[in-house]
Amino acid sequence: MSFLTYLINGLSLGSIYAIIALGYTMVYGIAKMLNFAHGDFIMVGCYIIFSVSSALSGNSAVGIIVAIILCTILGVTTEFVAYRPLRGAASPLAVLITAIGVSYLLENIALLIYGADIKSFSSVIKWEGVSFADGQLKIQGVTIVTIVVSIVILIALQLFINKTKQGQAMLAASEDKGAATLMGINVNRTIALTFAIGSALAAIAGALLCSAYPSLSPYTGAMPGIKAFVAAVLGGIGSIPGAMIGGLVLGIVEILSKTYISSQLSDAIVFGILVIVLLVKPTGILGKVVQEKV
Amino acid sequence: MEPILEVKDLSVYYGVIQALKGISFHVNKGEIVALIGANGAGKTTTLHTLSGLIGADGGEIKYKGKELTKIANHKIVGLGMAQVPEGRRVFAEMTVLQNLKMGAYTRSDKSEMEATLSDIYKRFPRLEERKMQLAGTLSGGEQQMLAMGRALMSHPDLILMDEPSMGLSPIFVNEIFKIIEDVNRDGVTVLLVEQNAKKALSIANRAYVLETGKIAKEGDAKELLNDESIRKAYLGE
Repeated sequence: MSFLTYLINGLSLGSIYAIIALGYTMVYGIAKMLNFAHGDFIMVGCYIIFSVSSALSGNSAVGIIVAIILCTILGVTTEFVAYRPLRGAASPLAVLITAIGVSYLLENIALLIYGADIKSFSSVIKWEGVSFADGQLKIQGVTIVTIVVSIVILIALQLFINKTKQGQAMLAASEDKGAATLMGINVNRTIALTFAIGSALAAIAGALLCSAYPSLSPYTGAMPGIKAFVAAVLGGIGSIPGAMIGGLVLGIVEILSKTYISSQLSDAIVFGILVIVLLVKPTGILGKVVQEKV
Repeated sequence: MEPILEVKDLSVYYGVIQALKGISFHVNKGEIVALIGANGAGKTTTLHTLSGLIGADGGEIKYKGKELTKIANHKIVGLGMAQVPEGRRVFAEMTVLQNLKMGAYTRSDKSEMEATLSDIYKRFPRLEERKMQLAGTLSGGEQQMLAMGRALMSHPDLILMDEPSMGLSPIFVNEIFKIIEDVNRDGVTVLLVEQNAKKALSIANRAYVLETGKIAKEGDAKELLNDESIRKAYLGE
């Protein structure tokens, strides 16, 4: 019974990684860049929820909505100011280094405003959860909500990409920006839209992450950001279902290895799995092998 | 005859190298105009500049009287000028139908779009048979048909075709050229870039010969086909 509890907790943590990884993978798919500041968007989202909720004496619903809106604006602005001017730069490293710069910038702004001490975050989900089998199996409310939210997000994204014109344009632009332009697609606007979606997802992931692990510091987003990046690579970067699978695998492995092997070693195991998967299948679990047809 | 496209003194640089050295040409409404030349002469650069994928460094491109060098590149297809790019460049991870719909991205007239789609299926029955297949799984010739169908979905008045016969088997080459003539007969003006000069000249009304970024020769396509120097340089005779 306890194994089942750990498995569900792993699934829940994995769902959070998956939501973050979706942002990574969508941005990579279209802009062909790794937005290393993505994890810090989560932290920004958490601080916004924290500030708004305390100002409104605990009304976290408003906090979440404000966080989603502000993170979306932050993502689009970052893309416009920091990344767009470097698109087409001689070296793809330029934008990567800039992303790392944005990451440090956000962390230090948070440090200036909120200080280095850890704030305790009150969960945005007040529901206690449910018990099964006479209380032997207890699932927390935040766990259930996290899993459900991630499923809803995945379905919504799939519908958006496959059923809407904007989603199809996103797919086309991620494959071939020149050909997409010939179709009349405004590629810059499509990339901005992708950043908007990715950043909104980061805010949602932030709300869920800080509800499950209620401590908030300027570095809150850094580690989950890196792990979600690992999840995206594990699943096959650029692939939306891949990000989902990668995130879930990572979350389950992390929780189970913390429980049954060693809590100190769990991160090493997580990154070790990445190394092994990449050695066996360099494109990730669902990554596609690019075939050039002459 | 009125020109639908007028290019004047167009020049393009790649860094310090001048790829187009001030070329001028025009395409009249209803014509097939061929742009022939060797590898690296600047044919693809010309088409990419017309569509705005490459910025012009000098000169004018007037399409239906509008100056294209001042218009955002994604807005050009909406004006009625579509391009079938070199190497097809279909969206491999999308289905045939999704590719065709991307071609109509700028259109909002739903019922007329359906009519265009069924016209294209009539022209390319193979595309209808494979409409749910991923474009990347099609053969080279089928991908060429898809790239043409995709461009036609925008309902263009002028279509730019870049090396449509490249890498295709002789049977497909004949089929593609026949389709180009059909499309033209249905009222679409064609600017055709080809290395297969013989084929291109045989279906074109007029032609320009591009040599290292300059127009070296121009004239009636049938006359160029019989021109001694053209025969030697481009027809391998």
